[in-house]
Amino acid sequence: MSRLLIKHGRVVDPTQRLDEGLSVLIVDGKVARLAERIEDKDAQVIDATGLVVAPGFIDVHVHLREPGFEYKETIATGVAAAVAGGFTAVCCMPNTQPPNDSAAVTEFIRARAAEAGLARVYPVGAVSKGLEGEELAEVGEMVRAGAVAFSDDGRPVHNAYLMRRVLEYTQLFDVPVVDHCEDPTLVAKGVMHEGAVATRLGLRGIPAAAEEVMVARDVVLAELTGGRVHIAHLSTRGALDRVREGKARGAAVTCEVTPHHLALTDQAVADTSFDTDTKMNPPLRSPEHVEALIQGVLDGTVDCLATDHAPHHADEKALEYDLAPFGVVGLETAVPVTYDLLVRKHKLPLRLFVALWSSNPARLFKLPGGSLKVGSPADVTLLDLNARATVNPDRFRSLSRNTPFAGQRLKGWPGATVVGGKVVWRRERK
Amino acid sequence: MTVKAAPRLRGKDLVGIDPLSPGEIQLILDTAEQMRDIAQRPIKKVPALRGKTVVNLFMEASTRTRFSFEVAEKRLSADSLNFSASASSVSKGETLLDTALNLEAMQPDFIVLRHQYAGAPHQLARILKSSVINAGDGAHEHPTQALLDALTIRLKRQTLEGQVVAIVGDLQHSRVVRSNILLLSRMGAKVRVAGPPSLIPVGMDAMGCEVYRRMEEAIAGADVVMMLRIQLERQGRMNFPTVREYYDFYALTPERLKLAKKDCLVMHPGPMNRGVEIDSRVADGPQSVILEQVTNGVAVRMAVLYLLAGGNGEPAAD
Repeated sequence: MSRLLIKHGRVVDPTQRLDEGLSVLIVDGKVARLAERIEDKDAQVIDATGLVVAPGFIDVHVHLREPGFEYKETIATGVAAAVAGGFTAVCCMPNTQPPNDSAAVTEFIRARAAEAGLARVYPVGAVSKGLEGEELAEVGEMVRAGAVAFSDDGRPVHNAYLMRRVLEYTQLFDVPVVDHCEDPTLVAKGVMHEGAVATRLGLRGIPAAAEEVMVARDVVLAELTGGRVHIAHLSTRGALDRVREGKARGAAVTCEVTPHHLALTDQAVADTSFDTDTKMNPPLRSPEHVEALIQGVLDGTVDCLATDHAPHHADEKALEYDLAPFGVVGLETAVPVTYDLLVRKHKLPLRLFVALWSSNPARLFKLPGGSLKVGSPADVTLLDLNARATVNPDRFRSLSRNTPFAGQRLKGWPGATVVGGKVVWRRERK
Repeated sequence: MTVKAAPRLRGKDLVGIDPLSPGEIQLILDTAEQMRDIAQRPIKKVPALRGKTVVNLFMEASTRTRFSFEVAEKRLSADSLNFSASASSVSKGETLLDTALNLEAMQPDFIVLRHQYAGAPHQLARILKSSVINAGDGAHEHPTQALLDALTIRLKRQTLEGQVVAIVGDLQHSRVVRSNILLLSRMGAKVRVAGPPSLIPVGMDAMGCEVYRRMEEAIAGADVVMMLRIQLERQGRMNFPTVREYYDFYALTPERLKLAKKDCLVMHPGPMNRGVEIDSRVADGPQSVILEQVTNGVAVRMAVLYLLAGGNGEPAAD
């Protein structure tokens, strides 16, 4: 019997409306007891004095790049980055090579994840064969193999007929369809948010409307079909309004927002003078959109946070702005970036912050975890809210370094990560 | 507003007008005026940059700008090397960064970069020890073009302050318009821009200009009309209908020119599409200063090279 005792922490668990000083006893990978004082001579002890003890954080949107792009990231380095960032579970997108559009690839990912240990990995399967947007992939086979959601992420499900049918068909399995919303004809050759900054820099813009027309369509199709649409990396005011309206009408539409879309604006492209680590899709938006997103988090329209962790090799990013690939890593900066911004600056209650990273994504994707109720899987994220540190990409566990947050001094970092009752990562104390 | 020339340029590079102060712009223009004299001498050469090496790295087709830089370099006695994309290892898959690092390993003092993508000179300037001069990056900036345009106006009008300058054409794809808006507004001119609404980028007014859809409104009472080249090679077929229709609404014709001030200057950065954005009667007419722009281009580029090499605004001695 393995026993772990997390002592004297501040337990914050939205699923039990808990925010109090408690100790947590874990036996055989499950939460066994919560009480003010627990003594257990046989247990390994973590002294959590001064730390927050929360249900394990879940990132529902990462790219682990394996199979196919192991020079950017592997499942092993990806989960190492996850636990170092305070995450106990991740959902990985299917745009690998080959793409995860079959049970065989889903099984491969799960087998690799099992070998790597550390964080739990939940594969997201492709909506369409080869991510080509034409034929429905074998969704049911992938569910059997462990897929928890479906997406053609990296691309939208452009064909509305296909989107309609997948929203219908997936109801057999009660899994969400995650859509990367953009109309490619409106994106054209855009590389950053369309607005005054792009105009001044002479870079081609991606209008907010490119995202909004697709979100509007998805909300309409969610209502038509009754299927569950989850909008990936929502980034504009108008898209948020469409989601808010859809929810008000009872559509099964949810959304996530990334740390970088909340913490940075398109001005970062100018301020860094074309640093390609500011290039991602959707692009960093202008302040009016960013303010709307923060408001959406505060008022509960935003269901969860997710990183869209998108590793790219330094050689790929060391190109002209137009030629560099879209995407930034996020797993190892997400918690401090969002804590600093949302809780410290915008006074989001800590309980809601924890919910956005744990219980909410667990509920949306129907994942085990996200709770510290007795009997739950013992996935725990410990937060050291007083820790201050500077983002140093050289110390990332991820294979890639493409972060727009390098050099930022942030407060509120993960302190330790526990998966299935095992301490898989602890912050080095100075 | 009288702008006092700065004593020297602050940076090692000239990547755009955006980073320049009015004083630095004034310094370049003052120096360029002195450089103009060199071209009037029987021996058009001074030793100011003797022993300096300039690499002209042109990753995008250009005749005028490359020649202009080359002439400027030769008049200052620098050694020039020309590297153009078609003849380069770029086609073998070498990145811009590697190309630049390889060239820098030969220890040039300047790299003059023309590139089809915005920001390329800025990215190189961060990494290279040589001075990087932007000779046009995508739709972003073309600082020496704006400087030569400003010099041309200043020579005719003594000052830029209060001049009403109308710039007409494809605003979306033009780096010339961006550098000109920044420079002219910074020096106290009043800038108006006009073009087809489908080619007006969002928020251009924030750069320091008034934006018009109808060119007639923009050129009414203007001191200067600058026409932009319609970049037919960069257009899809959805931005405006046809060249024929473009001429109808946006070409500078003798009739339209009458809307401007009587002595209004007519400018064009070249190469011109005659009969598309400009009527030949205007291009070759008495108000045109288009060829003077080309002459002034050499002087401006000499000034930029000279100042970045450490010159302090004193005229180049023999």
